[in-house]
Amino acid sequence: MIQLDSLTKVFDTPKGAVVAADHISMEVSAGEICILLGPSGCGKTTTLKMINRIIRPTSGKVYIDGEDTTGMNTQELRRNIGYVIQQIGLFPNMTIEENITVVPKLLGWDRAHYKERAREMMAMIALEPDAFLKRYPSELSGGQQQRIGVARALAADPPVMLMDEPFGAIDPINRAVIQDEFLKMQQELNKTIMFVSHDIDEAIKMGDRIAVFREGKLVQYSTPDDLLAAPKNAFVESFLGEDRALKRLNLVKVREIVSDDIGTVTPGDTLEKALAKIDDFGYQNSILMINDQRQPAGIITRSVARTTKGYCRDHFQNIPATVNLEDDLRKVASLMFAHDTTWLPCVDDEGRVCGQITQRAMTRHLGSRFRAREGDIREANATTGE
Amino acid sequence: MELFQYALNNLDLLLTRTIEHISLVGVAVGIATLTGVPIGIAITKSERLARGVLYLASIIVTIPSIALFGIMIPILSLIGQGIGYLPAVIAVLLYSQLPIIRNTYTAINNVDPALREAARGIGMSPNQRLRMVEIPLAVPVIMAGVRTAVVLNIGVMAIAAYIGAGGLGTFISRGISQSDPRQLIVGAVAVSLLAIIVDYALLAVQKWLTPKGMEKAVSTA
Ligand SMILES: Nc1ncnc2c1ncn2[C@@H]1O[C@H](COP(=O)(O)OP(=O)(O)OP(=O)(O)O)[C@@H](O)[C@H]1O
Ligand SMILES: [Mg+2]
Repeated sequence: MIQLDSLTKVFDTPKGAVVAADHISMEVSAGEICILLGPSGCGKTTTLKMINRIIRPTSGKVYIDGEDTTGMNTQELRRNIGYVIQQIGLFPNMTIEENITVVPKLLGWDRAHYKERAREMMAMIALEPDAFLKRYPSELSGGQQQRIGVARALAADPPVMLMDEPFGAIDPINRAVIQDEFLKMQQELNKTIMFVSHDIDEAIKMGDRIAVFREGKLVQYSTPDDLLAAPKNAFVESFLGEDRALKRLNLVKVREIVSDDIGTVTPGDTLEKALAKIDDFGYQNSILMINDQRQPAGIITRSVARTTKGYCRDHFQNIPATVNLEDDLRKVASLMFAHDTTWLPCVDDEGRVCGQITQRAMTRHLGSRFRAREGDIREANATTGE
Repeated sequence: MELFQYALNNLDLLLTRTIEHISLVGVAVGIATLTGVPIGIAITKSERLARGVLYLASIIVTIPSIALFGIMIPILSLIGQGIGYLPAVIAVLLYSQLPIIRNTYTAINNVDPALREAARGIGMSPNQRLRMVEIPLAVPVIMAGVRTAVVLNIGVMAIAAYIGAGGLGTFISRGISQSDPRQLIVGAVAVSLLAIIVDYALLAVQKWLTPKGMEKAVSTA
């Protein structure tokens, strides 16, 4: 756990004092990733570097696992905090193995132990130990170097990690890959992480919580979903972007808004019965046909049911797509757009129908929080004059 | 042809003088490295100190070597060493300070700030940072300073023959005093050849001392 208590940094510059961090108080729970987000120069890096004392706080305190770090030995403190800098900063005179094992060596691990650890770390970051350990940083690609940077920070297994735009220097495709790898690692490692980013999409993807900074002040500290649904003021709102409702699609799972109220027919039903059910359930276009294992088998459209006589099994159309309970709404929306449909059947792990998801349910879910906040925001704007 | 004959006839002497020359310069620059590198590192802590020290070192190299020997004769005579080995070594030692201190200072100062921050951030002490990161990264540039000092002082040492320090300069000084162009030319050529060969040899040493992972960076720099 990391706690910041009124952490403040004032830089004395020839042009006068610059308040880079202004009474920052916040708490990151153990095992969580907290993203420090904000425009350039808002104090993210300064706040981060005060935690491992690369920058000395002007005032305020940092607690790690409840312990005040003020009195601790700086070098010892740092060895217990993993640190990934934006410029990667691998030591060019050391092999990959020496880079990864540098902190364990400082901590006095014995040789066999840290050598073993280097191989473990390589496995964790998905690089072949025999191919890479004896090489030098200059012989690696940017993405590989970035992974080694993360491995170096993790090698001594510190409970806390500080990462300053760790994936900033990689191209978007590789960045997404490394982000995914890192999240997977984090699921096992459960580190407490402070992570600087100025990329809102990265923040939403990686963060359990997001701290939005502006001009040295912490403006809002909430979960990604809360942040997108209920930005505290006009600054946060504009920083998140006009399409913030769409960004929330990533965060909501089908499970949360699936409706199990779904009308179905079986292949043996008549089209007459299908039409009646379409009307009963208030569907406008079509109804789902399932087989005897409750798996989706096809779709009976209203126009066919109304104009044709016979059995469903002879007159169904193929199902455009199905979605899974764990899919996010972004995928659902994409499928709906692609197939020009306003609803999709939802299946469980065995492929059995367990409900449906409708465009209406999605818009209602995403919209409800906005509407709830609208009054508050108007009020806040009135008082701050923004 | 006559020159060649002369050199062959005096091969033994030529070899002795060359070894003398190398050992004089070697000892002096060796000591200079032992003093210059720590000084170069120390002055990275204070810009004002650095400016002062580098200024002083540059003034020393502007003193003509003959003048420097002249100054030292009365001083060192007090301990009975006015001429010969000691003043020669001291002169070279002084001349070597500038390239060695300056290169050390620049190299340590130019270590990528990101690397310095990484080293700090993972918990290295200032000494560990020097030993594990800054000095290894500075070695190629420090060695280049040592090379400069050696080549520069192979020339200076030739003049030290005038104060009886020996070395290849004796051929030159005798050549002049005896109006013997053979000695003069053989001495001059030997000094130049020595400078060129030693420069290459030290370049090889520099490459060998350069940390492996930096070879690419150095050769493209
Ligand atoms: N060493 C320093 N001396 C003086 N001012 C500084 C120093 N470091 C940072 N600042 C100032 O403090 C403010 C915050 O800087 P900081 O580096 O924390 O911003 P940031 O949020 O990390 O920005 P970026 O996204 O560009 O990295 C800026 O106005 C910056 O100019
Ligand atoms: Mg920054």
